[in-house]
Amino acid sequence: MGDNFFPTGAEYFRILPEMILTVAGTLIMFFEAVLPESGKRILGPLSVAGLAAALCAALAANNNPGPAFQNMLVIDGFATFFRVLVIAVGLLAVFGSTEYLRREQSTGGEFYALILFSVVGQCVMSTANELIMIFIGLEISSIATYILAGYLRDDPRNNESALKYFLLGSFATAFLLYGIAWIYGITGSTNLVEIRRVLISAAAPPLVLTGTSAALMFVGFGFKISVAPFQIWAPDVYQGAPAPVAAFLSVGPKAAAFAILLRVFTTAFGSIAVRWEPFVWGCALATMIVGNFAALQQSNIKRMLAYSSIAHAGYVLVAVTAHSDVGGAAAMFYLAAYAFTNFGAFAVVTYFSRKGEKYVSIDDFAGLAQRQPAMAAMLAIFLMSLIGVPLTGGFFGKFYIFKAALDADLVWLTVLGLLNSAVAAFYYLRILVVMYMNEPGASVADLPPVDGAMKIAVYGSAVATLVLGIFPSLVLDFATKAALK
Amino acid sequence: MTLLDIVILLPLAGFFVFLAVPRNNPQMTRWAALLISVAVFVVSLGLVGPYWFANPAGYTFSTNVPWIGSPPIRYHVGLDGLSLWLVLLTTLLTPIAVLVSWKHIDHRVKEFFAFLILLEFGLIGVFVALDLFLFYVFWEVSLVPMYFLVGIWGHERRIYAAVKFFLYTMAGSVLMLAAIIYLYNKSGSFDYLEILSQIQTGRLAFDGQQQSLLFLAFFFSFAIKVPLFPLHTWLPDAHVEAPTAGSVMLASVMLKMGTYGLVRYCLPLFPNAAHNSAPWIAALAIIGIIYGALVAMVQPNLKKLVAYSSVTHLGFVVLGIFSFTQQGLDGAVYQMLNHGVSTGALFMLVGYLYERRHSLEIAAYGGVATPAPNLSAVFMFTTLASIGLPMLNNFIGEYLVLQGTAQANFTWTTFAATGVILSACYMLWMYQRVFFGKASGSVSHHLTDLTAREWVAILPLLTLMLWMGTFTQSFMPPISAQNARILDQTKQLGVERVHKQGPGVPLAEARRGR
Repeated sequence: MGDNFFPTGAEYFRILPEMILTVAGTLIMFFEAVLPESGKRILGPLSVAGLAAALCAALAANNNPGPAFQNMLVIDGFATFFRVLVIAVGLLAVFGSTEYLRREQSTGGEFYALILFSVVGQCVMSTANELIMIFIGLEISSIATYILAGYLRDDPRNNESALKYFLLGSFATAFLLYGIAWIYGITGSTNLVEIRRVLISAAAPPLVLTGTSAALMFVGFGFKISVAPFQIWAPDVYQGAPAPVAAFLSVGPKAAAFAILLRVFTTAFGSIAVRWEPFVWGCALATMIVGNFAALQQSNIKRMLAYSSIAHAGYVLVAVTAHSDVGGAAAMFYLAAYAFTNFGAFAVVTYFSRKGEKYVSIDDFAGLAQRQPAMAAMLAIFLMSLIGVPLTGGFFGKFYIFKAALDADLVWLTVLGLLNSAVAAFYYLRILVVMYMNEPGASVADLPPVDGAMKIAVYGSAVATLVLGIFPSLVLDFATKAALK
Repeated sequence: MTLLDIVILLPLAGFFVFLAVPRNNPQMTRWAALLISVAVFVVSLGLVGPYWFANPAGYTFSTNVPWIGSPPIRYHVGLDGLSLWLVLLTTLLTPIAVLVSWKHIDHRVKEFFAFLILLEFGLIGVFVALDLFLFYVFWEVSLVPMYFLVGIWGHERRIYAAVKFFLYTMAGSVLMLAAIIYLYNKSGSFDYLEILSQIQTGRLAFDGQQQSLLFLAFFFSFAIKVPLFPLHTWLPDAHVEAPTAGSVMLASVMLKMGTYGLVRYCLPLFPNAAHNSAPWIAALAIIGIIYGALVAMVQPNLKKLVAYSSVTHLGFVVLGIFSFTQQGLDGAVYQMLNHGVSTGALFMLVGYLYERRHSLEIAAYGGVATPAPNLSAVFMFTTLASIGLPMLNNFIGEYLVLQGTAQANFTWTTFAATGVILSACYMLWMYQRVFFGKASGSVSHHLTDLTAREWVAILPLLTLMLWMGTFTQSFMPPISAQNARILDQTKQLGVERVHKQGPGVPLAEARRGR
């Protein structure tokens, strides 16, 4: 340690996004307490400003990559990719929730502050190069989302959602922590690079110990990304949580959790990849099958999207199974495409559900295309992307993932995954059918006009989905360069 | 930018124009659709020029520019004798489909024509794409508008039919996607010509099992689209439920995507597997010919009858393709066009009847010839074309297919030829029940004769039936020339491959190379 115990200016610059977000979040909490009711309207714009500044800082930090704080954090292309992604998701979440909060008469600064804190946690996860930092990032992100899931505290559905999420989440985090303790015990380090060095050295600990710690940590991560068999919580939590929170939960924390999964399993456990590959193979397949076949049965759109998000985690896991740099880049691209697509779909659901989330059944969407053609068209784009129709981001995501899988000779996983995506088409088509082909019912009779912030969230997501589908190189080239080797 | 690019991109531009047209003015929308589709047709006529005068070898009007950097996916399109007429068929039938929908579609008019134009874009793209990835993109893009056309503007069971159509096609195409990626991983390119030349020169080689699996992945996807027995069950549903324009585009053009794919991709890329599986495929095609005809015969529903007749006709096409003879292939490609013209016309005429009587049941008609003589005459003409009367178009195609098949395997010909007889049975019997006899009150009350708009829509197709049946040489030279090349590519390899490659070895080599 010695001289570099005190961080340099460059190191602070590298974590500027986290600092900006923390300050903005704290300011919002402060203003919430002191400002009069009329002045609280600035809290939304303030959080947008904070996120936008953090986005710029994250992009700027990429020009000056390197480690920070004694290698606890590392700012590389991979970190930048995920930091930008989670901050962008945070921005969309703010835009997508203002109208909802007003509608539920729960406008309050703490909502925005919690989003910002959660994004801070996800940024730390993206940059963490060390297991303790990973744990801290995960906790910051999770605790904020536990509260967000129960944000409408008078609503019993919110309470159930938050409680389930919290209890199961803590349980899973305990596994992660236990895994971290094991690996520290056998390698004497929590730094990922150091762990990798020990594992490939002559003095490598017995495989059974390394394997157990990897498995324990996989349980912890698997919970966050809702991998079968740790996915049970997701449908209940997404269904019960406020719609914009479900939108946020299904993309932001998931992307960040995949970031740490990729980093830990490619950097630290890269050397035993042949050992964990069969397990991840099985989990990927199980996740796709559980997600898709359960989604077929749903009549509630939030629950259906929850199962669909489980299935999509399965597709990303296919790329993880490939454990190559092509696979890493494919997973990154997919997560970006999926984030905008899924958030957009949830945002339309948020808009549509009306006060008290009255209309969340798939049948309620009957005739939406005739009453609100623009919103229906946007939802159609998102659903097409989730199906994986060409010229949408979702298609290229799947394409890159299965290309990586075939590169790695995972022929059966590819074929089964692709057949899964054909099954998935069925339940997404159901919404399209209802929206476009059924006659309008009472649920679309009194649709309010679309609020400006919601428009930004929905159109922004749609543009991102289409750009990723028509010019995928923009993002893929970056991901390819940034993928962990 | 070549003429072909304009033909491809004009419908796409038209689609975006549509998004700007005001919703509350359906008449303006109709005229806009007609204007765009006629413009595309007129421009596409320019594509015939080089073929009519010179009949060039290789691809004309090629454009090859990068689209996505990594993996290298290129916007590579080009025209040859095989795709030329299919593109023209698409551009001709789109304005006709607009005309037949003029009155038939009276709600959500703007969306309807927008989807129709988008469909044209996807279909043209499928026939001219020379990059496997681009081909897949167009293949899927054409699926979406048809799904909506059937699902929104169809008849009672439209949703079931639309979803079935989508899922069938999707299930087939994901396997094709896997095969395309696999080909890319082995060859390092998505470019059709590049992959073809690698296969021709032996730089890219697959052992028997790999080739069979790749062939099957492509074949399965195409066979669903054709549709080949026993994968045809989506077709009657989709046809019966689709609006007239949807049926016309589906029968005339979309089914050809499958047969085009067989000729363009399955044969030259996997010649060995194609030769090996030819007996099985021919058997399925013959079953389709006979089964389709028998089922068509007992249909009480006009559209279903025409739909099953498509299964028969497409069976001939597949049989011709897998005869691997010049005549068989020429006949198959010619039959693709014939079927597009005559079955498209049949669906239009059935649509005309439906608009008047609001029923598709044969039993609801009878004696139509009395109140609507012109309609009856036109229907008769089309019926005769469809059953393959000499001097009309289908005769040429069916004859060539049968002759080509006879060179390959005479037993196939014997069975397939019964289909010709059966088609005369079901078509003429249907004609008799619908048009002859005494007109009931409701028939004579509702059935007026053809209007000027309807004449304009059907006349080009009637002209083509006669033209294609008499002056075959106006169309055939580019097709024959291209087919000869395809047969050459398919044959050469069939001989070489067996000796040169031991099983298992090329796989390992190819992997090490990458």
